[in-house]
Amino acid sequence: MSDRPNESFLARLDRIDRRWIFLMMAIAVAGPIIWVGVTGRTFPETATPAVQGAFDAIERLPEGSKVLVSFDFDPASAGELQPMATGFIHHCQLRKHRIYAMTLWAPGSPLIGATLADVIGNDPSYRYGENFVDLGFQAGNEGVMKQVGVDFPKAFPNDSKGTPLARIPMMQGITRLSDFDILISVSAGYPGGKEWVQYGVSPTLTQGHRLPFVAGSTGVQTPQMIPYYPVQMSGILGAIKGAAEYESLVNAKATAPGETVPAKYQEAQRRMAPQLFGHSLMVGLILVGNVIFFAGRRKGAAE
Amino acid sequence: MGRNAAAVLASIVGLVMVLTAFARPLEFLGTAVVDWFNVLAAIAFVLGGANLLKMNLLKISARDAGWGYSAVTVCVFLVTIGVGLLKIGAHPDPLHPDVALSGDKEAVGGAFWWLYEYAMSPITSTLFALLAFYVASAAFRAFRAKNTAAILLLGTAFIVLLGRVYVGVLLTSWIPADNAWVSWLRLENLSGIIMGVFNNAGTRAMMIGIAIGIAATSLKILVGLDRSYLGSSD
Amino acid sequence: MTFAVTILAQDAAPAAGFMPGWFMPGKGLLAISLIIVAAAVMISILWARSGRPIRIRKIAGLDAVDEAVGRATEMGRPVLFIPGIQDVDNIQTVAGITILGKVAKTAAEYDAEIEVPTTRSLVMTTAREAVHASYLSAGRTDSYNPDRIYYVSDEQFAFVAYTGGLMQRKRPAACFYFGCFFAESLILAENGNSIGAIQVAGTAETTQLPFFVASCDYTLIGEEFFAASAYLSGEPDQLGTLLGQDLVKGLAWAAVLVAALLATVAAVTGHEGIASFVNGARAALGGG
Repeated sequence: MSDRPNESFLARLDRIDRRWIFLMMAIAVAGPIIWVGVTGRTFPETATPAVQGAFDAIERLPEGSKVLVSFDFDPASAGELQPMATGFIHHCQLRKHRIYAMTLWAPGSPLIGATLADVIGNDPSYRYGENFVDLGFQAGNEGVMKQVGVDFPKAFPNDSKGTPLARIPMMQGITRLSDFDILISVSAGYPGGKEWVQYGVSPTLTQGHRLPFVAGSTGVQTPQMIPYYPVQMSGILGAIKGAAEYESLVNAKATAPGETVPAKYQEAQRRMAPQLFGHSLMVGLILVGNVIFFAGRRKGAAE
Repeated sequence: MGRNAAAVLASIVGLVMVLTAFARPLEFLGTAVVDWFNVLAAIAFVLGGANLLKMNLLKISARDAGWGYSAVTVCVFLVTIGVGLLKIGAHPDPLHPDVALSGDKEAVGGAFWWLYEYAMSPITSTLFALLAFYVASAAFRAFRAKNTAAILLLGTAFIVLLGRVYVGVLLTSWIPADNAWVSWLRLENLSGIIMGVFNNAGTRAMMIGIAIGIAATSLKILVGLDRSYLGSSD
Repeated sequence: MTFAVTILAQDAAPAAGFMPGWFMPGKGLLAISLIIVAAAVMISILWARSGRPIRIRKIAGLDAVDEAVGRATEMGRPVLFIPGIQDVDNIQTVAGITILGKVAKTAAEYDAEIEVPTTRSLVMTTAREAVHASYLSAGRTDSYNPDRIYYVSDEQFAFVAYTGGLMQRKRPAACFYFGCFFAESLILAENGNSIGAIQVAGTAETTQLPFFVASCDYTLIGEEFFAASAYLSGEPDQLGTLLGQDLVKGLAWAAVLVAALLATVAAVTGHEGIASFVNGARAALGGG
């Protein structure tokens, strides 16, 4: 029973305990997750120009190109960014590119190993040291970015297991950032895509040609990255939506018609269902909040 | 005297760092100074750890509100340090099987990996996921059409929220996609226009202003006008 | 026009030309910009020192500091100040600590308790110096307690879990968030809102500003945050810096307008001279 007996329904709704809203959000997200888990169904995705640009940038590289992938995220943002990382590695594997994985985030180091193991697994055509390498974590944020621009082996003298770079065949000829054919950053914040543009990619201009750069970022960070597209960046995967669009492009390339796509390559698409209901709930809450606001204003004016 | 010397040192180092961006002979100093800072930051971890232990032990001994959480913090802190330093559960490197500490502490199956995989990873993911709940309550409470600017904001929010999910595609699927005069009205395209044009313009303007602010603030520190970082009230 | 094209071409094709050998290629425009910014700021400082008045508009968030700290004193509840989650090498952290000094001085004068959890031990040390100096200048050294400024964790979500619990237990009446924030900003601000605290935030992280604006009572947006130290001190040198910033912004605005007009004219008329200047500028600025 309300402690304000003459209070209207809308006024009581305005004072609703926020935990009811939390519960609504939990149901809005959990329900679709269960539904997708049971049915395996996902929504169709159409790639936007920024995502298509990212796909094309990797696709048009000749087979065996050198791809530097920076896993600039941690487990907290893995929910949004892991599908991007998986998608990028999968795409590079399909194109038979050489993958050089690194991270500037200390908690990101195990994520590299997990992603490479998950995607490449026991693929006999992909051998460690010849087709992919895990360079691990290096402390220093932008300092590392500047260093790899001039002297890559000094920034990363060993791989994540401590093997000197000189003993890793695919590191031969890599002296600086511009020796790579493309840079990919999966970025949750700082240091991330923006810093790579400022300290990594832009200086390569003075070395003859700008290094192509593609980034995946969280939804919150995407507006900060958009000013750099399409000039400093060839493409952006913005939030889980961008990841879902990219997955659909890669899966269309990787999967023959009628063939089932493995679940690990559909993670972003599977998360679009809870995203839909979450966004719809947000719109509903905003509408209800405004109904309460205008009703209160009208009542105040009447009094 | 001490503060003046520190301010002069800060000015000299700052100016040298600026010059390293332009002068080739000084380029090596740029990376060297960053390395020195990393060394300082690493040593600072010791200071931080000691302070963490001190503050939490004080709370436990005084039985302040929430002292149980402090006890958990201290235990987990010590366990994680022990597990990491001693590489508990890490298999020795195959090349050096007789050397107990030769293994990778982050290797799958080790105790450190277990703490990362089953403690840190789910906890940080959960806390990040809290944002969805908080943004819902913030939206209900704060997104009210109080004036024209707020109405425009709300309209934009609806377009972007719906345009980024399949329901937006469905709602405006009746608008022909191949007609350039009207296809931009589809929610997913409108959302892209808002992000790529309006948001882009605003973000760029703010970034320029912030960059100028950063440059001016840094200049104040370099020339010694701002000494607040030294604890001076000047 | 030809001379301008030549200058810009120098930067885009550094092998040619009259830049000295020790000067890094491609940094010419950056050096010129830096000189312009520095000159504008120094000239403005000299202008301000000459005694000419400089007016700045009200920044409501900074005017609210006294009100917020006073409220905390009346309610007998502490003031919470968070100087961001980045290290002291980040300029936003330095700006945050500058404001911390002012807030701490007000807290010392009002005899309010101020608590400063940090994510970096170097920030903890610097913040302690700033707060100690503030208490000294307020003549309240006896009230200064260094244990109120402490390190929590480098990990952002561990930090926000701690501060969330701190807010729920101690229920500070005033919460200040000044510095560099990321994803934890909304959690902090919503927690503060749920306990009824008056909240003032300031950050240059454009991605976090919407969260602070939605949940805080006052938000300093972008440059207002960097203007805070000048606003609070009122010193001519500081105000002169603000004037210099505005001058440079005006120059940037003019440059953008001229460049946009020239690019439009070049695209519409196809004038070769203008088009080559625009392309040269684009190349020199990294536009490809």
